[in-house]
Amino acid sequence: MSVPVGHYQYDRIDRDFLQARIAEFEGQVKRRLDGTLSEDEFKPLRLMNGLYLQLHAYMLRVAIPYGILDSRQVRKLGKIARRYDRDYGHFTTRQNIQFNWIRLEDTPDILRELAEVDMHAIQTSGNCIRNVTADEYAGAAADELVDPRVHAEILRQWSTLHPEFTFLPRKFKIAISGSPNDRVAARFHDIGILARPGEDGAPLFRIFVGGGLGRTPVIGEELFDSVREEHLLATLEAILRVYNAHGRRDNIYKARIKILVQAIGVEAYREAVEAELAQMDLERYRLTPEAVAAIRSRFAVPLLEAPADADAVLTEQRRADPLFDRWVRSNTHVHRDPGHIIATISLKPAGGIPGDATSAQIGRLADLADAYSFGEIRITHLQNVVLGHVRKDRLRELWLGLSEVGLAEANIGLIGDIVACPGLDYCALANARSIPIAQKLGARFADTALQAEIGALRINISGCINACGHHHAGHIGLLGVDKRGEEFFQLTVGGQAENGAAIGTILGAALPEDETVDAIARLVDCYLGRRESGETFLETLTRLGHEPFREAAYEAV
Amino acid sequence: MKLFELGERTAQVHDVLVTVGELADRDDARAVLLESADDPALLRPYLNRLDLVVLRFPIFRDGRGFTQARELREYLRFSGEIRAEGHILPDQAAFLRRCGVDSVVLPKNGNGDPGLWEKQLRQFPVAYQRSVLPERSAGPGLRVEEAS
Repeated sequence: MSVPVGHYQYDRIDRDFLQARIAEFEGQVKRRLDGTLSEDEFKPLRLMNGLYLQLHAYMLRVAIPYGILDSRQVRKLGKIARRYDRDYGHFTTRQNIQFNWIRLEDTPDILRELAEVDMHAIQTSGNCIRNVTADEYAGAAADELVDPRVHAEILRQWSTLHPEFTFLPRKFKIAISGSPNDRVAARFHDIGILARPGEDGAPLFRIFVGGGLGRTPVIGEELFDSVREEHLLATLEAILRVYNAHGRRDNIYKARIKILVQAIGVEAYREAVEAELAQMDLERYRLTPEAVAAIRSRFAVPLLEAPADADAVLTEQRRADPLFDRWVRSNTHVHRDPGHIIATISLKPAGGIPGDATSAQIGRLADLADAYSFGEIRITHLQNVVLGHVRKDRLRELWLGLSEVGLAEANIGLIGDIVACPGLDYCALANARSIPIAQKLGARFADTALQAEIGALRINISGCINACGHHHAGHIGLLGVDKRGEEFFQLTVGGQAENGAAIGTILGAALPEDETVDAIARLVDCYLGRRESGETFLETLTRLGHEPFREAAYEAV
Repeated sequence: MKLFELGERTAQVHDVLVTVGELADRDDARAVLLESADDPALLRPYLNRLDLVVLRFPIFRDGRGFTQARELREYLRFSGEIRAEGHILPDQAAFLRRCGVDSVVLPKNGNGDPGLWEKQLRQFPVAYQRSVLPERSAGPGLRVEEAS
């Protein structure tokens, strides 16, 4: 095959490294079985290889660095779904994929299959630096200032089996974007990085620290405004070093970096980081332009050629086909090349399970990526799929191909584009099932014309206070709670993940599942009845305050 | 007590091992025990006479010892021996070595098999970030290998 577009090209040494990692894990499984490793000792080691024990089975979370795959890798994921799982996989909010029905004894074989296509499950779990996420439109979006993938790859490499930061107080998540329109929820990460070009052409990095959702939602605070590229790794080392030394280890719910930043304040944290930097040998940690260039050179660049009339062809096709036009309106984004467009494929069919894809769909996505987007596929943090470089005059063909496998849902960014955690159907921590209520809401708002009429509205659902469904960041958030053995949902409104990050506030008492669906329908009706021209749900909420919405939601209860 | 050497340096034996708090009153002490909550900077006045710093791991998941070792090497320029003891796993051998630890007190259970420690040190031929060891590029990019 040709060099993949969009992600780093491995060489023999990288592949040997993956084989060594698998051999290491096999040895650890063997020592667990012969008893020389206790379960307590084995657990963090298996987690750092992506293997969780869930409610009913093992789950393997496979890393998709900065969310980008090539078609060969996608086909392999389809094969693993077919052969080792129940014929489907689940894309996660951290741009990874997880397989929910894995047998422990199959795991080394699965890891070996993944390694055949330069994939792994390293650091997708555990108290270490997790797989780094990036803007799903990286290298394609018209609004991008710096392509974040090269630095995301640098962070992937730097954080891989880091000798000092593999046994942190708690998990550690980093996201990076190079667009003024934050599409990575930078301020809800342990470290969020926004890149922009500096005067000399080299990027500058704005660094946020201490954001997160979970039990204690916190909006990250700016630690530094303009970190130079050469000092990026030194700065991250210093931030992590302060956290590793001083983060709480007595209570896992107080162990994230956000709790430390809150406890001492961001100014004190900055001083501590600066004190580390003052003592560090910065030359040793220096990220050289040569190293950056060497990594950049292992990314293939798509050759963007389109006929002069590509845009005109698309315009005419949209005019002729209102259904296609509706999909284009919700599911595409402006590409930096005028002859191309970014297409987002919804994994949120009405009544379906958010983020799930069957092996047949996964295989078809690989074929469509080959045919229409240089064999490249991106996974979004909202559990959808992106083809980043589609020629405008071929977009309709792609849409028709997607329709054949039920992947042409026109709901990106709309009320049907629901984010939900796996919930009590899979997860041992959950209090409530997230999937059935997501399916009911999806079915209630199935009409895509209605969804388009409602406009931008994000629903996030978490099955417990650990908030894996990011309910705090949803325009409407649902939190599953257990009330005397019954599943209830608490409603929050006003959350926002991206620019203008905000934590949603609780609207009122928790409701049973069916009443929750009705209450959300009334919230939406309230918005539709009271919005002024062009206003989104969030804008109307901001203008009117919560009271009319609270009244609407609870009027019939 | 069985010692295992992670690198070239020969592990030393000391009769007197004191805590950080005791150092000031014990002029004869050449070895100190650092608990995971202790700040290595407290050793600064005594570094010239110390031959050995022992880092105690209360549990293998408590990674503060890795940072302590790096601070000793990188900030305090400590050139004596650093040793890890307590609850440590052979799976951590290369991490310890790369942070500047020279030796470990082998655990008294299955994790104390020197063969496992030996094997782990050789598990990965390259690394993707700089450590305190002398290293050369094994590029492209960030990859390094130990300079022999």
